[in-house]
Amino acid sequence: MITSSNPYNGPDSGGHFGPYGGRYVPEVLMNPLEELEQAYAAAREDPTFHAELAGLLKDYAGRPTPLYFAKRLSETLGGAKIYIKREDLLHTGAHKINNALGQILLARRMGKERIIAETGAGQHGVATATVCALFGMKCVIYMGEEDMRRQRLNVFRMRLLGATVTGVTSGSRTLKDAISEAMRDWVTNVGDTHYLLGSALGSHPYPMMVRDFHSCMGIEARAQILEKEGRLPDQVIACVGGGSNAIGIFHAFIPDVGVKLVGVEAGGRSLEPGQHAARFAGGSPGVLQGCYSYVLQNGDGQISLTHSVSAGLDYAMIGPEHANLADEGRAEYVPCSDADALEAAQILARTEGLIPALESAHGVAEALRRAPSASGQIFIVNLSGRGDKDIDIYRENLKELDEPESN
Amino acid sequence: MNPSRISQLFARCRAENEPALIAYITAGDPSLERTVSLVEAMELGGADLIELGVPFSDPIADGPVIMRATERALANGASLAGVLEVARQVRKRSQIPMLLFSYLNPLLQYGFAKLAADAVAAGIDGILMTDASVEEAGKFVPVVRAAGLDTVFLAAPTSPMARLQKVAEYSSGFVYLVSRTGVTGVRDQVSGSAAELVAKMRQVTDLPLAVGFGIAKAADAGEVAKIADGVVVGSAFVRIIESYAGSPELESKLAEFTRELKEGAKAGRA
Repeated sequence: MITSSNPYNGPDSGGHFGPYGGRYVPEVLMNPLEELEQAYAAAREDPTFHAELAGLLKDYAGRPTPLYFAKRLSETLGGAKIYIKREDLLHTGAHKINNALGQILLARRMGKERIIAETGAGQHGVATATVCALFGMKCVIYMGEEDMRRQRLNVFRMRLLGATVTGVTSGSRTLKDAISEAMRDWVTNVGDTHYLLGSALGSHPYPMMVRDFHSCMGIEARAQILEKEGRLPDQVIACVGGGSNAIGIFHAFIPDVGVKLVGVEAGGRSLEPGQHAARFAGGSPGVLQGCYSYVLQNGDGQISLTHSVSAGLDYAMIGPEHANLADEGRAEYVPCSDADALEAAQILARTEGLIPALESAHGVAEALRRAPSASGQIFIVNLSGRGDKDIDIYRENLKELDEPESN
Repeated sequence: MNPSRISQLFARCRAENEPALIAYITAGDPSLERTVSLVEAMELGGADLIELGVPFSDPIADGPVIMRATERALANGASLAGVLEVARQVRKRSQIPMLLFSYLNPLLQYGFAKLAADAVAAGIDGILMTDASVEEAGKFVPVVRAAGLDTVFLAAPTSPMARLQKVAEYSSGFVYLVSRTGVTGVRDQVSGSAAELVAKMRQVTDLPLAVGFGIAKAADAGEVAKIADGVVVGSAFVRIIESYAGSPELESKLAEFTRELKEGAKAGRA
């Protein structure tokens, strides 16, 4: 169920989590956002909507996903017991399908015929293209040209699914620019088009709605760990780009104040400006793409360029609910470098036979860092996606494995 | 408080049955220094009010023409402080009303109290925030107004009556009506939804109404002048600046185009 008994069910009626969130868009989009909010509020109260979504999540996407005890990894590190939430097993290879299914049902309720979406790593684009195929809707995906280059496989998958992938050449040609282009499309075609935003970002109701559609991860994980261990975990760790997988797994644990919530941002090459996407290591509150939250920017309020080896974390702003959780001290956010993420991916692959998405590898890296000194503790790491899509980047960065004579 | 330059302009235009021509320019394209002389050229051609566009790295409401202008301006080091300096230079020699036209984030980082004071000192007459709904920007209106600046908000064809009322409530000087859904940019035809929006807006406010988005030709300006107090032209000016940026003819081309638009607008009232 989306509506849980969780007392932390913000935001306020204007979409604010503390001071963050809200609606910062041109007037043209205000009424469409209000209509979306009303449609979602009605769906949220409608048992038939929940039943249809639950059926699709179970039979089509493959929920619930297992909570797997990574025994060899835990023993190798010699500290905390590490459990892995296996979102990588979902249809399309990542958690993104949860939200895509929820929003496509909503779009159909609203009578929309055309779906647009942005994508960074391509996982949200693939999930959106998939649900559009399933429901017979027109689908246009905006993707930065740099991301199209580094996630070629996903571009092909989207096209195979019948979607149009439109390259974006402005700015840094990554996720931020794809969102801007999707917003321009939406401003132009608001009548027949639903913008299926893929992260817990943007204007109200998106951060709340995307969180709700992903909250199944945390609800399942909480019940699963209680069943397996008879107690709650000490730490829940997830990577954070916009923050959809992290807020999805954190949300059910927010009232459990003894559970540490750890978000892992892209530390990139270094924490120099332009070399990373760690909003809490150099960012400050500002407005970007409809939302007020921590953002990487210069003193003139121009948004900074970002870098991460993982396209899905390569974004200048963090979702508004995370900003508020950070301010309130309920969650902590730490950076993880490209190099550490790549190393963590190899360790996970060789000890557990799991090749993570590069995004998820950032969360894994933080668990590896914390585990040795956390004897007696239980960790849950959200493995938000699998690494098939990243094989080209792994090959670029792990050249020694790609030699003909290597073994 | 005395009526603002913007209010005085529309009062005069109404008295003389003359449409106001409102000209948008991305400040800093091709350079901040050149923007000063481009504003003078537009005034010479008959522009009645200048919208000084503050470049922002992520202009979600703009089409390709203004996006490119923004990239050029930022590459040349334009900032809000620089745009205020342009206003100060213009104000030394001219009484033309100037509206600061900006996405919210550069203003937020500058700080609204400081901005209001500095903008007045530079000779700016009002502020329009492209991506700030009245719900979010409402809190900034008192400090901006207290300094003596007008606050202009956008109304859109998608805005229901209740929203139009809020827009009118928070606006002073005039209301900017977006003629159609979509980003900024030149269109072959001005949208028919403009007339409907003007009629709805007239029911909720006596403020002057200006219509913009997609107006590129003298004939378009004439059509809009039939229904609205002001005609806003943006991308069509920016396109000329892009084409003639390296040429000493730029100022005369811009003045000539401004004159055509103003004559076209007046013809709509004849």
